Amino acid sequence: MARAVTNRRKAIVTVAAWLVGIAIFFPILWILILSFKTEGDAIKTPIEVLTSNWTFESYHTVQERSDYFRHFLNSVILSVGSTVIGLIIAVPAAWAMAFVPGKRTKDVLMWMLSTKMLPPVGVLVPIYLIFRDLGLLDSRVGLVIVLTLINLPIIIWMLYTYFREIPGEILEAARMDGASLKNEILYVLTPMAVPGIASTMLLNIILAWNEAFWTLNLTAAKAAPLTAFIASYSSPEGLFYAKLSAASTMAIAPILIMGWFSQKQLVRGLTFGAVK
Amino acid sequence: MGRITLDKVTKSFGEVNVIPPLDLTINDGEFVVFVGPSGCGKSTLLRLIAGLEDVTSGQIRIDGKDATQQAPAQRGLAMVFQSYALYPHMSVRKNIAFPMKMAGVPEDEQKRRIDSAATALNLTDYLDRRPGQLSGGQRQRVAIGRAIVREPSAFLFDEPLSNLDAALRVGMRLEIMELHKRLATTMIYVTHDQVEAMTMADKIVVLRAGNIEQVGSPLELYHTPRNEFVAGFIGSPKMNIFGGNPAQQHGASKIGIRPEHIAASTETGTWSGVVGVAEHLGSDTFLHVHETGLAETVTVRVDGELPVRHGDRIFLSPDESKLHRFNEQGLRA
Repeated sequence: MARAVTNRRKAIVTVAAWLVGIAIFFPILWILILSFKTEGDAIKTPIEVLTSNWTFESYHTVQERSDYFRHFLNSVILSVGSTVIGLIIAVPAAWAMAFVPGKRTKDVLMWMLSTKMLPPVGVLVPIYLIFRDLGLLDSRVGLVIVLTLINLPIIIWMLYTYFREIPGEILEAARMDGASLKNEILYVLTPMAVPGIASTMLLNIILAWNEAFWTLNLTAAKAAPLTAFIASYSSPEGLFYAKLSAASTMAIAPILIMGWFSQKQLVRGLTFGAVK
Repeated sequence: MGRITLDKVTKSFGEVNVIPPLDLTINDGEFVVFVGPSGCGKSTLLRLIAGLEDVTSGQIRIDGKDATQQAPAQRGLAMVFQSYALYPHMSVRKNIAFPMKMAGVPEDEQKRRIDSAATALNLTDYLDRRPGQLSGGQRQRVAIGRAIVREPSAFLFDEPLSNLDAALRVGMRLEIMELHKRLATTMIYVTHDQVEAMTMADKIVVLRAGNIEQVGSPLELYHTPRNEFVAGFIGSPKMNIFGGNPAQQHGASKIGIRPEHIAASTETGTWSGVVGVAEHLGSDTFLHVHETGLAETVTVRVDGELPVRHGDRIFLSPDESKLHRFNEQGLRA
């Protein structure tokens, strides 16, 4: 019967979806569990993580050893700062490419995207030297600049896609109505693109928050964000799984919570234009 | 005041020449319709006047002043777009206020103008709604309201009714004509619909491939089309145009006769043919007559009551005084 087949298929799809979901979530869950164990229990074989005692010991140690709040503050400053500056640059750039494209606009867009294909380590040494000479090493300003630049192509691409969905006639109407370019972008384009700008902003904050390569290589203490905070708990010897897990949990919790509350906006933004 | 003069205006997009040198004068208070088939350059011409496109060469003067290099807003014109182009995130009130806000009109004056426009356009109850909550006709009225409050020297309409359904279109057509009579402001109206052109215009500009084919009042164009193209474009149903023997008998390369200027009879007439499809409108019937030896189909307007059926033989007699003659170049002879 057609109906039975449909139900069976539905069940299979549901189970498969849950399996994929759990597989993706499992590492995070594992980190969370290990963070509440003693170092000894964390590495025990056969695995005893569910039966052994639960403890806050690792969190205490992490709190005592390092300044979580300072790292957290750096993460916030770096991710929000790079996102805001990125948007300020990207909105006019995407406006220009979406509404007054030139012959080479497509090429510029592709070129910008191609910079994301470059392995970052390839430019690490020159950037490190430039930063050293300019005195930007281990400074928030320096990292905001780097994070802004590495994520700028994505911001511009996303905004460009959203802006393309906005009918040009509305902007022409604004021009007829006497809006200057600034007012056109401020009063007409931006409010209409708010959903797109919001999801671009959220995604970029997440990307910047999670960025580890540049933050680890260009910071030491002062400007170190939570990625460096996690890394400081990995060591070549001794037991560190539980403390590393506790540090990781503390580092990813804020962004996870933010992502959870804004998931609707994120999904809507990322599928904007694709589903209509 | 709203006198607009185009002096040898041209427009090219890259290599493609859309508007060859074109001269046109639109007098103050006139209702001018640009009409032509799609791709004839009528919208481009309107956008050149609006300033949304830059002219390639030539000059546009508004009230005697050179406006060629002026930004759209400085020209003192208001435009109503086909898609209405309302600001979806603003209420109707804010939409209408937007041009005044940009121009720095004082708040109380803004309010006065919004209220008077809303009253005139029946929008008073909708001022706090968003465009998304309005019907197509209401949106179009908001777009017109936004144009009115600027008190422009001329209104530009770019196919404003083509997104509306047929019944609403007739209503809005009357409202726009009403508005023109009341404001007596210059209006330039672009359409591909020759019925709109005929009913609304003081002056029709027929365009083809960027060229002006003829400028004149609706009845001038109807009675004395300058060439074959205008003859075929103006009037509904289309004028019958054919060459060959019947044309030579009248000393022309081609002759044209409108469906309403042919008398049909079941007994006798100049030409004969077989009735194809008959379109009954009640008051009139349009017969599509085949096998006349003149053209594939000859359209004839007959009395709604004429008893003819598909396949009947029918005789046609043109009103000789209403015959249009065209020479080899397609020009009126």
